[in-house]
Amino acid sequence: MSITVEQQQPTANPFQAPRTAHNARRRISNIAIVALSLLATAFAVAVLLFLLLYVLRAGLPYINLDLFTKIPTPNGEPGGGLANSIQGSLILVGLASLFGIPLGLFTGIYLSEFGGRGPIATGVRFLVDVLTGIPTIIFGLFAWIFIVVPQQSFSGLAGGVALGIIMIPIVARTSEVVLRLVPNELREASLALGATESRTILRVVIPSARNGIITGIVLAMARVAGETAPLLMTAFGNPFFNSDITQPMDALPLRIFNFAESPYQAQINQAYAGSLVLIVLILITSFAIRWATGGFKHGGR
Amino acid sequence: MAIEVRNLNVWYGRSQALHDITLTIESQGATAIIGPSGCGKSTFVRCLNRMHEEIAGGRVEGEVLVEGINIYERSIQPVYVRRHIGMVFQRPNPLPTRSIFENVAIGLRLNGLARGDALKEIVERSLTQAALWDEVKDRLNESAGQLSGGQQQRLCIARALAIEPKIILMDEPASALDPISTFQIEDLMRELRKTYPVVIVTHNMQQAARVAEKTVFFLQGRLIEQGETGKFFSRPQKKETEDYISGRFS
Repeated sequence: MSITVEQQQPTANPFQAPRTAHNARRRISNIAIVALSLLATAFAVAVLLFLLLYVLRAGLPYINLDLFTKIPTPNGEPGGGLANSIQGSLILVGLASLFGIPLGLFTGIYLSEFGGRGPIATGVRFLVDVLTGIPTIIFGLFAWIFIVVPQQSFSGLAGGVALGIIMIPIVARTSEVVLRLVPNELREASLALGATESRTILRVVIPSARNGIITGIVLAMARVAGETAPLLMTAFGNPFFNSDITQPMDALPLRIFNFAESPYQAQINQAYAGSLVLIVLILITSFAIRWATGGFKHGGR
Repeated sequence: MAIEVRNLNVWYGRSQALHDITLTIESQGATAIIGPSGCGKSTFVRCLNRMHEEIAGGRVEGEVLVEGINIYERSIQPVYVRRHIGMVFQRPNPLPTRSIFENVAIGLRLNGLARGDALKEIVERSLTQAALWDEVKDRLNESAGQLSGGQQQRLCIARALAIEPKIILMDEPASALDPISTFQIEDLMRELRKTYPVVIVTHNMQQAARVAEKTVFFLQGRLIEQGETGKFFSRPQKKETEDYISGRFS
């Protein structure tokens, strides 16, 4: 019995992709996608960098101590500062946070922990999403109708309320999303130990989602710190120091808005300096909040 | 603390998961619940501490008497039932961002049962009971997420023990663990069953044979057979049981 041994043909390297049209298309589309996403990223970063550098270049030379201690000079005389605007912005954002954060957070807790997929929660979720998309000037209008008109005066309170309402949907949605990410096993662990639902949420679920919730809050604060439109018809602006929330109040974005269109070069320069201060202020606030709440300690969640 | 289950019917929304279960669990020793996936064995233990109703659509009918008290009585709050009936889950579920110490202490803190030195004492005792103390005593303040899977599961057992439960339920506690960790957990089960009634859900028949005095077989939401473990595996009375334990069951 003879065994025929087949002559082995020298085969091509099996790991070498065959040169077919299909493979060429695959390679090209692969390269195209990578190139496209790199290009888009580069463009976005470039725009942001340009913006930052431009504000830095135009504003930095006019940053001085007076900016933080003095109020604006009348009608474009040189000197003076934006101390009243900085003070006003801090008060307004604080006021907004005072009720925007708890209302948003508890709405988020409701949506994530109690609402589930029920019709009420679905409705609330939809409304919250709609609120996020509404132009912020509408919230200013709301505060104008319900606070400014009855009070017969523009006020810091009205501004704070308008900004607070803007914060609610942002805080609510981010809180809901991060609370949902908390594994159900942790809730079960707590419930199985005989903890009530409220304790489970307060002591187990929220701490686990803490960093995400804080991020949402910081984002919302940063967002409203830069709002101008809703303040035009609520806080209105004030060229003097004012910490009385029933009176018109200044805010950095308002001051920047007014000064940027000013015919006086000194005020235009201060508008740039103010923009820089606003950006830095937001950065400092978010870092401070993260540091104070221990957000830097544990990575991850 | 004997458990008496009478005519237990359980639903997930419209689909019925358990049909008319009647079963007595002795006041001491370990009872293993076995059966193929989806037979309702996990659902069953979750009914013993009223965890089933935490699932959306979960509904329970029938009676579960613990020491003669029906835990599904209207006047009874599930929170207090769970406070006294501890549970260990399939996937180790320590709180990953908290320390080892805090993970054991959390039940006591959530229920306001102990603080200060008393708390430390209970934490040490529970970790010792769970055979974990020697491994973690020098790093109680490290995060629990750093422990291995087996250690995490023993930590969860320590956490359950810390609030001094009267009954311990274990839902496939070793199924996500390696053989050595499984062996340690089984050792622990044999230790615990001397003090507590322990109900163990497992899909591992050898495990049931190793740790349980009594074995119960569930199939498609019905209780098929129960008996003393040795007899159960050597001389099953029902055809379905025999098929299942001899592997002739799909």
